[in-house]
Amino acid sequence: MTNPNNATITTVHTAEFTAGDALKIPTLRILRDDGSIYDGATEPELDKDTAIKMYDTMVFIRVLDERMLAAQRQGRISFYMQCLGEEATTVGSAAALDDKDMIMAQYREQGALRYRGFTLEQFMNQLFSNEKDLGKGRQMPVHYGSKDIHYMTISSPLGTQIPQASGYAYAQKMRGLKNTTICYFGEGAASEGDFHAGLNMAAVHKAPVIFFCRNNGYAISTPANEQFVGDGIACRGVGYGMKAIRVDGADILAVYQATKMARDYALEHNEPILIEAMAYRLGAHSSSDDPSGYRSKEEEEKWRQNDPISRYRLWLIEKGWLNEADDKTTIDALRGEILDALKVAEKVAKPGIEHLISDVYKEPIPALQQQLEELKAHIRKYPEAYPITAGRLD
Amino acid sequence: MAKMNMLQAINNALDLAMAKDDSVVCFGEDVGHFGGVFRATSKLQEKYGKARCFNTPLTEQGIAGFANGMAAQGMKPVAEIQFADYIFPAFDQIVNETAKFRYRSGDEFNVGGLVFRSPYGGGIAGGHYHSQSPEAYFAHTPGLKVVIPRDPYQAKGLLLASIASQDPVIFFEPKKLYRASIGEVPEEYYEIELGKAEVVQQGTDITVLAWGAQMETVQKAVEMAAKDGISCEVIDLRSILPWDADTVAQSVLKTGRLVINHEAPLTGGFAGEIAATIQKMCFLHLESPIERVCGLDTPYPLSLEKEYVADHLKTYEAIKRAINF
Ligand SMILES: Cc1ncc(C[n+]2csc(CCOP(=O)(O)OP(=O)(O)O)c2C)c(N)n1
Repeated sequence: MTNPNNATITTVHTAEFTAGDALKIPTLRILRDDGSIYDGATEPELDKDTAIKMYDTMVFIRVLDERMLAAQRQGRISFYMQCLGEEATTVGSAAALDDKDMIMAQYREQGALRYRGFTLEQFMNQLFSNEKDLGKGRQMPVHYGSKDIHYMTISSPLGTQIPQASGYAYAQKMRGLKNTTICYFGEGAASEGDFHAGLNMAAVHKAPVIFFCRNNGYAISTPANEQFVGDGIACRGVGYGMKAIRVDGADILAVYQATKMARDYALEHNEPILIEAMAYRLGAHSSSDDPSGYRSKEEEEKWRQNDPISRYRLWLIEKGWLNEADDKTTIDALRGEILDALKVAEKVAKPGIEHLISDVYKEPIPALQQQLEELKAHIRKYPEAYPITAGRLD
Repeated sequence: MAKMNMLQAINNALDLAMAKDDSVVCFGEDVGHFGGVFRATSKLQEKYGKARCFNTPLTEQGIAGFANGMAAQGMKPVAEIQFADYIFPAFDQIVNETAKFRYRSGDEFNVGGLVFRSPYGGGIAGGHYHSQSPEAYFAHTPGLKVVIPRDPYQAKGLLLASIASQDPVIFFEPKKLYRASIGEVPEEYYEIELGKAEVVQQGTDITVLAWGAQMETVQKAVEMAAKDGISCEVIDLRSILPWDADTVAQSVLKTGRLVINHEAPLTGGFAGEIAATIQKMCFLHLESPIERVCGLDTPYPLSLEKEYVADHLKTYEAIKRAINF
C-alpha cells in the first residue's frame, strides 16, 4: 500500500500511542576522561598536524576568552561571550570540514572561527569595533564574520541562520560545488520557528547542510528541561526525516568523527544531517549575566571535571605528540601575545563617519547622503560633543 | 509614596495586577525563577507559582501565539519579549492575529487584556540588535494600542491601564531608563488613562513633542532654548496609538510651532504621521514648518552612536530653526 505523503505504512488494529520519548538516541563517546580510548571505540584517522592544530585552537580560544573577559571587567570592551567547556564542539567539527565549507554560527563558536584562520588581530579589531574591523564597527563584540574564510557574519536574532543555511547548502548543490554548510545553534535557539522551518526545507529539498546543535544545558537562565520535553534535539532531525547523531561535546574525537561522517554522507547523498553535541556552558551566558542566580556552584564544579581540553591533552601526550613542558610555555606566551594585540587594537581609531551611511544600500540613497551632510554641518558646529568624529571631517 | 526605579515600578505593577486578578499571568524567556534578564518579573514566580509566572521556550512566535490563545480564552497574559529587536519573529502573530481577532470575528472572539511588554531603544552600546525603536511598525496596524512610558510613575500607571484594557497593548519600555530613572511612585493601585498625552511644561513659543527615553533629551534641549529666551511647551505623547492629537493641536494652536523628536529612523517614523495630522489641524496657525528630529535612516550603529542619535543639540538646533524661520 502506498501513501501519498510518502510515509511507509504498517497497519495495526489495536489503538496504541507511540510515546514522545520512544526514540532514545545514544551518545557517542570515544575518548575517556583519562585520555584513553573506550573499549570497542575506534580512533578517528587524524594526522599529527591536524591533531595539534585542533589542540592549539582550543587552547588559543580558552586563553582568549579568559583574557577578554578580564578586559570586559576592566571596561576596555563593552561585552563578551566565552565558550568555556564547549571548545571541543566547535573545534572538533570545524576540523572535520573542508576549508571552503560554509560556516553559519550563532555566537559561541570562536573555536570554528579560529580553526579557519581568523587572526588574533581580526578578533581584536572586531571586539574593539575599530576601523579595521571587517564589520566596520557596527555590531556588538563577538559578532564576527569573514568572507575569505567562509564564515558568515553572525546575526544576533536567534535561529535566523538555520533556514539560511538550508538555502545556502541547496545553492551549493545547484552549482555543483562539492561543499557543505555547517549551521551551529544552541538548544535554546532550536525552539525558534526558524529551526523547524529550516530543517523541513533542508529535508524536503535535499540540501547538504549539517545542523549542529550545541546543547549546553542552558539558554541564559532557562535550563534545558524548561526548554523542551523528550529526548533532546537529535530526535527532531529524525522527525524531519534526516539522519541524526548525538555526541559527547567534551570529547573532541567523537565530535570530529561524527562531523566527518556527516559531511561525507551529506555530500554523497545530498541530504541534511543533524548533530547534537551534549556539553555544558561552564561560564556565564555573557559578560552581562550572573549564573549564580539560577544554578549552583556544585553543579558547575561537577562539570568542571569534564574539561574537554585536559581530556584531549592526555590523549595527545599518550600519543607522544605533545609534551607537558612545551604546553606550559605556549600558554604563557599566548597570554602575552593576546595582551599585546589588545593594546594595539584599542588604540586604532573608530570607523569614519561616512560608514554611518555606507552599506545600508550598495550606494547611499539620496536621503542618506543628505542626512550625512546635515550631520557633518551639525558636528562642525558642536565639535566638542562628538569627539570621535570632530576634527576628522573632510 | 515610595522611591522606585522603572524596573521596580513595573515589577510592582505586575505584582498588584496578579494579586488583584487571578487571570493575569506573566511569561516569556527567562521570566520565571530568574525574574527576566532585566529582573522586571523578579519574585513573581515565588509569589504566584509556576503556573502564573513561567519561562517559555525560546520562541517569540510561540510566546505571541500562546498569549493570543490564552487571551482568547479570557485570561490576561502579560508576555515579555526580551528585547524589542526580537519581536519580529512574533510579527505575524501580533499584526495578523492579535490586532485582528476582534475585527475578523465580528467580536465573537477578542484578545483584550493581552499585553506584550518589551524593552526598546538605544543608549546602552547595544548595536543594531539591541537598540531598535519599532513603535511605528505596530502603530501602522489597526487594532493594537502602543504605549511608551518615560518614568517609573508612568510605567506603573500605564502598565496597569494596559493590563485592564479591553484591547491588546504593546508596551515598550525604555531600557536605558530601567535603572537610571528613579522617582516617587504611589504604592497602591492606580491607572493612567491610555491615549492621553501629558503637557509636561507650559510654554508659548514652540511645542516640543517626544515620548519615552527621548523626553530626557528634549528636556535638555528645552533648557538650552530657555537660556536664549525661547519658551517651549513640552508634551509627552505617552500613547503612540491611539495618540492624543487634540492635546498636541491645542498646544500648537497656541505656540504656532512644533518639533517632534523620536529615536527611530526618520522615514516612515511616527513623527511623519503626527506632522501630517497637525499640519491639517493647525495649518493657518503654523508659523514654521514642523520639524522632525529623529534617528538617521540607517540601522542603529554601535561605534557612531553619538553621531546617529536624535540628541539634545540636534533638537536645540531644530527649535532655533523653527523660531527663526
Ligand atoms: C530571536 C531572539 N530572541 C531572544 C534573544 C536573546 N538571547 C540571546 S542568547 C539567548 C539564549 C540562547 O541560548 P542557546 O541557543 O541555548 O545558546 P547558548 O547561549 O546556550 O550557547 C537569548 C534568549 C535573541 N538573541 N534572539
